Amino acid sequence: MTVPAPVRPRPTPPAPYRWPVRPASSAVRSASRSAARLARRVAGGVPDWGLAGAAGALCLVGVVLVWASTGPRLAAEGEDPRTYLRRQLLNVAVGAVVMVAFALADHGALRAWTPPLYALGCLGLLAVLTPLGRTVNGAQSWLGAGALQVQPSELVKPALVLILAMLLGEQPDGEHRPRGAQVLLALAVAAVPLGLVMLQPDLGTFTIIAAITFGMLVAAGVRWRWIGLLASAGAAAAVLAWVLGLLRPHQVHRLLTFADPLADPQGAGYNAAQALITVGSGGLSGRGLLRGDQTGGGFVPEQHTDFVFTVAGEELGFAGSALVLLLLWAVLARGLRVAARAASPYGTLAAAGIVCWFGVQTFVNVGMVVGLLPIVGVPLPLVSYGGSSVVACLAAVGVLMSVRGQDVRRL
Amino acid sequence: MMRRPTRSRLLVVHLLVAVLFLVLLGRLWQVQVLDGDRYARMAAENHTRRVVVPAVRGEIVDDRGRPLARDRAAVRVSVDRAALDRLPDRGRAVLSRLAELLGRPREELAARLRPCGPGVNKPCWAGSPYEPVPVAGGVSERVALRLMEREDDLPGVRVERRPVREYPRGTLAAHLLGYLAPGSSGAGRGGAEPTGRDGLEAQYEDDLSGRAGSREVVVDSAGRAVRTVRERAPVPGATLVTSIDARVQAVVEKALKRAAGRVAGAAGSGAAVVMDVRTGRIVALAGYPAYDPSVWTGGIRQADYARLTSEAHGLPLISRAIQGQWPPASTWKIVSTAAAARAGYPLDGHYDCSGSYRIGDRSFRNFGGANLGGMDLHRALVVSCDTIFYRFAHRLWLKDDGAPRPADPMQHMARAFGFGVRTGVDLPGEAAGRVPDRTWKRETWERTRKQTCADARTGYPSVARTDPRRAAYLTAIAKENCDHGYLWTAGDAANFSIGQGDVVVTPLQLARAYAALANGGTLFSPRVGRAVVGRDGRVLREITPPVTGRLPVPDRTLAYIRHALAEVPRSGTAAPAFAGFPLDKVPVAGKTGTAEAYGAADTSWFASFAPADHPRLAVVVVVSEGGTGAEAAAPAAREIWSGIYGLDGRRAALPGGRPPAGLPETTGVSETDGLPAAIGLSGTTGLSGTRGSWDDTGRPR
Repeated sequence: MTVPAPVRPRPTPPAPYRWPVRPASSAVRSASRSAARLARRVAGGVPDWGLAGAAGALCLVGVVLVWASTGPRLAAEGEDPRTYLRRQLLNVAVGAVVMVAFALADHGALRAWTPPLYALGCLGLLAVLTPLGRTVNGAQSWLGAGALQVQPSELVKPALVLILAMLLGEQPDGEHRPRGAQVLLALAVAAVPLGLVMLQPDLGTFTIIAAITFGMLVAAGVRWRWIGLLASAGAAAAVLAWVLGLLRPHQVHRLLTFADPLADPQGAGYNAAQALITVGSGGLSGRGLLRGDQTGGGFVPEQHTDFVFTVAGEELGFAGSALVLLLLWAVLARGLRVAARAASPYGTLAAAGIVCWFGVQTFVNVGMVVGLLPIVGVPLPLVSYGGSSVVACLAAVGVLMSVRGQDVRRL
Repeated sequence: MMRRPTRSRLLVVHLLVAVLFLVLLGRLWQVQVLDGDRYARMAAENHTRRVVVPAVRGEIVDDRGRPLARDRAAVRVSVDRAALDRLPDRGRAVLSRLAELLGRPREELAARLRPCGPGVNKPCWAGSPYEPVPVAGGVSERVALRLMEREDDLPGVRVERRPVREYPRGTLAAHLLGYLAPGSSGAGRGGAEPTGRDGLEAQYEDDLSGRAGSREVVVDSAGRAVRTVRERAPVPGATLVTSIDARVQAVVEKALKRAAGRVAGAAGSGAAVVMDVRTGRIVALAGYPAYDPSVWTGGIRQADYARLTSEAHGLPLISRAIQGQWPPASTWKIVSTAAAARAGYPLDGHYDCSGSYRIGDRSFRNFGGANLGGMDLHRALVVSCDTIFYRFAHRLWLKDDGAPRPADPMQHMARAFGFGVRTGVDLPGEAAGRVPDRTWKRETWERTRKQTCADARTGYPSVARTDPRRAAYLTAIAKENCDHGYLWTAGDAANFSIGQGDVVVTPLQLARAYAALANGGTLFSPRVGRAVVGRDGRVLREITPPVTGRLPVPDRTLAYIRHALAEVPRSGTAAPAFAGFPLDKVPVAGKTGTAEAYGAADTSWFASFAPADHPRLAVVVVVSEGGTGAEAAAPAAREIWSGIYGLDGRRAALPGGRPPAGLPETTGVSETDGLPAAIGLSGTTGLSGTRGSWDDTGRPR
């Protein structure tokens, strides 16, 4: 999903929101001590260099790939070739600030901030459906105008992870699994953004949000038979949607052309075919940065956003694109480690939810680029151009750091 | 701290992540490493284009090197359909803007972009769907500049400087030259390149076209050239030197237009041929009506094409000198005379030119029914007596009657004079004419018998309702044809002897027959092309009209016939047309012909050569529905002769009637070579510096 302009951080509310479930004093205390903890955790503690390094490397790769895909075109059109490079750098910088802010928050602060974040995300999703929203590529998913444009469907992802972790991670004493009421509440909370995203309609984000919810239910220890039931219900709903024709024509087209993208390379399968050709033509070692004729010729639409992986494929070859995948895998591995060592079920679930989010989103994105999955628009986490996406992903990395920080502190 | 179920669940997530990433890595390996070469090839097809760099087409010049057709630089606008299709509105807005700038209706441009196929009328695109489609040629510099200024509004539109065909002498020799049209014909040539489709342009396509160069360019998704990978310079086409004399051709076309234009209505059509009897070369060849060949330049418009192919406009696309077929009428008598002499009838014997001649129950009348008394064959030719030839034909037919192998001496002589077969002239689409004989008669009868016999049985019921007498007449003919239509009758033979009935010839066939008579018996396969000369002035190939046969007629007979024909303009049938003509200076010999056509005015012929004693040129004129030979064709021939020799107070087009002996100095460098390839077009890159090549780089990068 394209973000033409960087996202500015939202202004910090004057005081933390009070969540009635927790004692107010706890939230206030945690907020007041944050500055002291920052120094300890970053300088004196043991920062997760693996996670920070992998995430940083991915952001850097993203910036380079965005530049490689947009620079030659802009130069050819007589414009500043560094326009998108600069914007993406700004996106990453803003994201880094947000990441640090999340990393410094302890669980109490996170809990306190979660409900307003979730509410804001859902309001944003609601707002895009009003005339305030803008339509891009068949989905009405943008909010704002001019320099500041936000895609609420990206920002709702971390909010959903946190609120589901809160709802599923706090069992009464002695319980090993979330109770039925908790699960139902979690499903209801997930259903709001799911429904709103479907109205845009944005099949990609829908898939990711559904995967996050499903993955967190699994990680929370909900009984397999419940999960099986839920999976069957989801499958039935999908079939029903197909049969009843609830999907938009362009979505049906994309799904159908997936079967053989090269059959109609000029028409509906154009994107898929060009993506596959571009990646495949890179070979083992790639054409060299800025030397790809497919990329330079602008054959892949949306190349710097959802199809940024094709740039790595053509110009850096298997070596480069596999490295990108391995870096993403490293982030997930660190995330799962954080989940396993988390001090509380809340931390475990939050980390697991982020792993599910990144894992599924990476698989869907790269899978569609290499022709394993139909074309649905989702960005590659941390790499694709786009303010909302980069900030949301870095916020998630910040959450992982925060969970780990709690873990380290307790040890 | 961790409870058991969560730990095992995290393991599940771990495994899932591992599986997903291994799947992605495996697929990546498959796509990039295992199938990498295939995709690299597809990518290359995707973003490299072979751009054809057209070669300058060779000139067609006349016998003195005057250009009849040549290339000129012109701005051409073409549209890349693939690029338009990728726009959100499939290029509608772009086409509208382009149409406005060009001052043409948008529908017309859209029509030109449609691929040709069944049910698609002209204009349409016959070339490859990946090639840019030329939509406007000959665009003015002013419009070209405006298009270049607005190039950002016009994605997929290219403004190129391309060679277009130019005809410095306007409509002169249109049928001879033929025309160019884009489309696939030659192998290895780009389908979009204009290719010779008719006339000399088609016949000498391989010599004239040269070899197009090519350039491999990397393009972006909008089809714009980014850089050049490889380049091969084009080889310009050679010059075709013809034996056509532009001045004689002009004289002929003017005379023909005057003669055929006099005919009432649109029926006036005709043809004329001037041939060098000693060499077999064509000096002029014209058909009427003709057309302006420049209508083809830059793609013909629908209305022009409709006019060229419309019956009401006299089908001007048809080259009547080689494609028109008429009964030769009395011009045929040179054949009959030669055949009679060969069969043993003395030339200076005494024959009765009666008013009519009876064969069976049918009376064959002399022209006008005049009884001219006894005479020799000299006089028979001069006054064009028919009955003498009827008698010859009847007697010869009687001799063959019942013979196991009929000699058919008349048909035999006709074929020896080159009738009934194509002359083999270096022009496409030539008609063969027809020499009817027993075999032809039987074949025709077998082909039509079913219908004829059915008509004989039913008796034309639809006609009978309105006109019973006509129906009875038609039924009688059908009955006769059904029963005996396969027989070569004496009546057929009589008609044949005076060039009527089923015999038809083309004007070119008649011209070469008269040339053979004039040159002492050599039958040529005529040629228009004289030599192919390279750009450097080197003669690549000389073209000599091949000799296809010799007349089986003794010199004495030929001289006798020539002598008789020399008398025709003095005191014979053509005397009125040649009144006042200085025959003592230029003795013209000729024969008139008046072919009777059913339900239409007569076809007027005049076949001639001069000087009668030492012939150099043959001139044949036919005017459809022109009346008698003396009324239309002979005056036109007189005008042509006086134009050639400069008589009747005119300037000599070919002084002394002598075509030049050698080749003209051909211009190795034509006027078009010096033009820069992209005047006024901003920033065109990758110009090949080769002289005589055209660059067609699309848009500046």
